[in-house]
Amino acid sequence: MNDPILEIRNLQKTYKNGPTALGGVDLQIRKGEIFALLGPNGAGKTTLIGAVCGLVNPTGGSIQAFGLDVNRHWREVRCRIGLVPQELSFDMFDKVIRQVRYSRGMFGCAPDEGRIEEVLKSLSLWDKRDEPIRKLSGGMKRRVMIAKALAHDPELLFLDEPTAGVDVELRRDMWKQIEALRERGTTIILTTHYIEEAEEMADRVGVINKGQILLTDDKDAIMSQLGRTEAHFVLADPLTEIPAALAHYPVTLEQEGTHLVYRGGDGTGKGKREVAELAQDLTRNNIAYTELDTRESTLEDIFVGLVAEREQEKAA
Amino acid sequence: MNIRGAFAIFKNELQRFFRTVFGSILSPVLTTSLYIVVFGAAIGSRMDPSMFGGASYGAFIVPGLIMLTLLSESTSNASFGIYMPKFTGAIYELLSAPVGVAETIVGFVGAAAMKALIIAGIILLTARIFVDYSIAHPFLAAGYIVLVAAAFALFGFILGLWADGFEKLQIVPMLILMPLTFLGGTFYSVQMLAEPWATVAQFNPIFYLINGLRWTFTGSSDVPIGIAFGFTLGFLILCVGVIAYIFKTGWRLRE
Repeated sequence: MNDPILEIRNLQKTYKNGPTALGGVDLQIRKGEIFALLGPNGAGKTTLIGAVCGLVNPTGGSIQAFGLDVNRHWREVRCRIGLVPQELSFDMFDKVIRQVRYSRGMFGCAPDEGRIEEVLKSLSLWDKRDEPIRKLSGGMKRRVMIAKALAHDPELLFLDEPTAGVDVELRRDMWKQIEALRERGTTIILTTHYIEEAEEMADRVGVINKGQILLTDDKDAIMSQLGRTEAHFVLADPLTEIPAALAHYPVTLEQEGTHLVYRGGDGTGKGKREVAELAQDLTRNNIAYTELDTRESTLEDIFVGLVAEREQEKAA
Repeated sequence: MNIRGAFAIFKNELQRFFRTVFGSILSPVLTTSLYIVVFGAAIGSRMDPSMFGGASYGAFIVPGLIMLTLLSESTSNASFGIYMPKFTGAIYELLSAPVGVAETIVGFVGAAAMKALIIAGIILLTARIFVDYSIAHPFLAAGYIVLVAAAFALFGFILGLWADGFEKLQIVPMLILMPLTFLGGTFYSVQMLAEPWATVAQFNPIFYLINGLRWTFTGSSDVPIGIAFGFTLGFLILCVGVIAYIFKTGWRLRE
């Protein structure tokens, strides 16, 4: 991999008298990319971020950011990392602009009112700068968290569930802002359980479950390798078995022979082509159908499938 | 050292203090002024000055009341200052920022000590309205007050890290520091106590602090000044060591 900005090797975290949160995680993040880390609750996403940012003491492994060991060169590394945690955590009684200035100062940056203004304006917070944070809406509060993390111009930004609990409109607005950050050269690692979010924004996707990385790859590559097309033909007359003329298709009969279901393809469009051919073959063989419903698998399907697959492997 | 980081924390803590000016300043100043008025001016006028080295009773209790304020304010300010980010979750920022033990101590403990010093200063000026006191060693008094404020702000910081609930935050200041300060000679000289209580009082660490400050005011006290200074300095160094250890291990800070 060229130019990794973050390199995690065999990272482990076992809590005292508790479960293993990270069981030997290896992960590389490329400079300038948006990396989405997907996983169910308790998968180890937040622990992984915490270990990089200094919130969690790992029990094993190594982390290098910008080519530096994060433990040995913690000051230099932390100056270049920003973190937006999942929870809204700040002094609710303080004013927006003061909290952002505070964050900038804490990260050792010289006061720069111009930059603070720029950050607040980019997040549509400038008009609210003198408001106490507690008076802001939930979405605005989350923006304050982002503004605080951006105040020291980090090169690597962690967003832990950045859009959790915000409405659809605001979520889309935030996606735009995250995209704008990437365009400015910031590398972004986001955890999410909104698969739509990863599909929309990420260049690469990693799937984590029970402290293990199950998969990391380019989003498009994952979709093409693991993507599937599913088509449901509702038949006019039920069938008892698959006709020989259709046997070469990956089809099954479901719901007492009333549904002919195609599951195939590879995420490159092959599935859609085969469904079109199957429809023609049905007509040619005088098999009438009254409805056709097709859908492409989403990252969510892939994610759920992967997790289930690994569970089965373990059980076996 | 990240000087800007330390200053940012210090400034933020002071801003929080001035945001709640009534509770932070007015309340302790009013309480202590009432002590001075009731005990010093009203009851004190009936006390024999020879029992207090020739000073009026009002002047005698001023150092004790200053110490009472310093101990309670520096401890509670520092413990509250670090406990609140822990409680709200905002501690994440401190832990992920390029700030270490030195910056944290300068920021949180420095601000807590500064708040206690501001309040002590106001009380000292307010006391002048009711009581005619003098300070025999003003520079030593100032130095000693700063030393005590810093030591107990460090102690409060440790309490704030240790506490996992608001109740625990109050236990040590209310159930240990306050009684020990009252029993440490704030309102009386140990010479007024009968045995065995005069000997028992010697085991109260606050007794040395109060008498140390009283010596800087009156030039005489129940204990040698060296012991009071040495004890305070030793306590301060011990607290710095404990905080350094906490930051190294991440106890109650990092998961």
